[in-house]
Amino acid sequence: MTNQSNKSLNSNITKLVNQPYKYGFSTKIEKDIIEKGLNEDIVRLISKKKNEPEFLLEFRLKAYKKWKQMTCPKWAQLKLSEINYQDIIYYSAPVIAKKLNSLDEVDPELLKTFEKLGISLSEQKRLTNVAVDAVFDSVSIATTFKKELAEYGVIFCSISEAVKEYPELIKKYLGTVVPIGDNYFSALNSAVFTDGSFCYIPKGVKCPLELSTYFRINEQKSGQFERTLIIADDNSQVIYLEGCTAPQYKDNQLHAAVVELIALDNANIKYSTVQNWYSGDSEGQGGVYNFVTKRGLCMGNNSKISWIQVETGSAITWKYPSCTLIGTNSQGEFYSVALTNNYQQADTGSKMIHLGKNTRSRIVSKGISAGNSKTSYRGLVQINSKALGARNYSQCDSLLIGNCSNSNTFPFISVQNSTTKLEHEASTSKIGEEQIFYFLQRGISLEKAIELMISGFCRDVFTELPLEFAEEADRLLSLKLEGSVG
Amino acid sequence: MNNKNPILEIKNLKASINNIEILKDLNLRINQGEIHAIMGPNGSGKSTFSKVVAGHPAYQILKGDIFFKGKNILNLEPEQRSHLGIFLAFQYPIEIPGVSNEDFLRLAYNSKLKSQNINEIDPIEFLALINEKLKIIDMSATFLSRNVNEGFSGGEKKRNEILQMTLLDPELAILDETDSGLDIDALKIISKGINSYMNQNKAIILITHYKRLLDYVKPDYIHVMQDGKIIKTGNAELATELEQKGYEWLK
Repeated sequence: MTNQSNKSLNSNITKLVNQPYKYGFSTKIEKDIIEKGLNEDIVRLISKKKNEPEFLLEFRLKAYKKWKQMTCPKWAQLKLSEINYQDIIYYSAPVIAKKLNSLDEVDPELLKTFEKLGISLSEQKRLTNVAVDAVFDSVSIATTFKKELAEYGVIFCSISEAVKEYPELIKKYLGTVVPIGDNYFSALNSAVFTDGSFCYIPKGVKCPLELSTYFRINEQKSGQFERTLIIADDNSQVIYLEGCTAPQYKDNQLHAAVVELIALDNANIKYSTVQNWYSGDSEGQGGVYNFVTKRGLCMGNNSKISWIQVETGSAITWKYPSCTLIGTNSQGEFYSVALTNNYQQADTGSKMIHLGKNTRSRIVSKGISAGNSKTSYRGLVQINSKALGARNYSQCDSLLIGNCSNSNTFPFISVQNSTTKLEHEASTSKIGEEQIFYFLQRGISLEKAIELMISGFCRDVFTELPLEFAEEADRLLSLKLEGSVG
Repeated sequence: MNNKNPILEIKNLKASINNIEILKDLNLRINQGEIHAIMGPNGSGKSTFSKVVAGHPAYQILKGDIFFKGKNILNLEPEQRSHLGIFLAFQYPIEIPGVSNEDFLRLAYNSKLKSQNINEIDPIEFLALINEKLKIIDMSATFLSRNVNEGFSGGEKKRNEILQMTLLDPELAILDETDSGLDIDALKIISKGINSYMNQNKAIILITHYKRLLDYVKPDYIHVMQDGKIIKTGNAELATELEQKGYEWLK
């Protein structure tokens, strides 16, 4: 392609893709903030502020010690400015005078904030089929439908509450899927996590509602370190959704979450994420560093865990939702769409560790890069010697928009027995000038053309999303791509 | 000829790509009801001419004007030109993965309706319409469910272009080497499609290297383009002469 045509194409696409971030507002609210910086006293202080039992403080201190011995990994080759961990606030909570008995007592500013984000928590307006846990900076402010869920024996609450109410479950499962020292950011999270969601589905229960957590980072200097733990007991089923936004700040914010899923015999967990953290401005300044460890453990026979993610935000996304397949006939799935623009970097993929017999896994990853951004698929399929009859199917497709974006695929495969069936497919395509001109010549606008090509490209993943999320994902992608063409 | 209504008028057109001048003082007038053929050696500027009329962003207009139905279109975007009634059948139709031919065709059709402030039609109505059009170019309905041009044979791609032309029913169709690479049966089908589309209110520009297309679609004029200019204009007989003598004869 020619230089001049490059320019005209790029400017058209840039116009199209560079829509302002709509969730960039911040909320002014009275907060309980501790001083910035990280040391053992801070860890103790967080634990004390949360009134935690001794075992959790020990868990945190052990993690902190581990973290201090570790260094930030460099293998992802991300362009990442040095994170000053002493310049981050590790605890920021809206001031709540007393224990809340109902939503009416929640600060209206907070309710308004979530309302603006399209997440209504009030009794009248909330979604009828989704229970929501709303997390603001470091703490969970409200969980809807708790009572209704309790009738089915389903526990859905903030993890802080679970620590107090269900310490046995926490003690038994916390840190079993993602061990404290698993990686640099999981160690950090284990030391300083402040809230997150907890969910337990008892034996034989199909969770009657979809469960959802909405994360909002508000405070400029605070990191968000949430911890989610979901346990699906024998023969149970749950669909879980996660959404995220943050205000627009010039500095980078750090988000280092840990999500642990445990599926026992015949249990089925479907975990969907639509991630739309602030991604920085068009020069690449600001934005959230999204370093997340998500892992599922298929403990039981015939258990199944599916990760579905749509990643459109964050300056840097660094996450590999994984499944460890232990139970016989257990299944892991990973469906992902990552869309990057400007100077965003997304390094994402999945790990499927096959340990049990006849375990199956499926990876479908779609990366879309526009502007000067970079998406990488990085994945591991590991099939151990005892995983007889294991099967994996992986598909990694990349779509480049314009001429300055970048896409990489790093699939690692390790197979230790000969009864394995493994397929890997990969493709790279490009929305180039000639394709767009073809649409335009047929009278179809640039906007529609890109929308059609992208939705075609993402179809395999979007069909896996729960209905409400599929709509949100569609909206989000077209939001990033909407706008008039001059 | 001058009392007929002109559809396309090109005056003193100079155009370049990558600072290389391709069209050098091109003049052309095409009236309603006329079929013009443009012939000429490779690299003479025929495809550039077609893309410049359609508004391809890679080309710079250095001088001159293009009028479509009396309106200067130089500042119009490609899709606006399309809505006005300019259609280009591409020499190399591009593959569009992930987008079904049916969706693509319907969107193109509805975009045109929308530009004319006519209500868009729904997929069921569209299916009835497109099935009629498919018959003209002798293609089965399975053609619709495949992705646009993906895995199409050369002949299928060209037929798809003609299908789009009959669907959008433009006033000016520029067919850039639509006959290249076709076997004789496909050539007949495509010619049938072109002839059924043509009427007294429209005009066609056929860019071709071969006389055989002109045996099926009779041109009123033949222009020979060389080095970015039209160096000779004649009637249908000129094609026979060119086939015998080659382009060197004109120099």
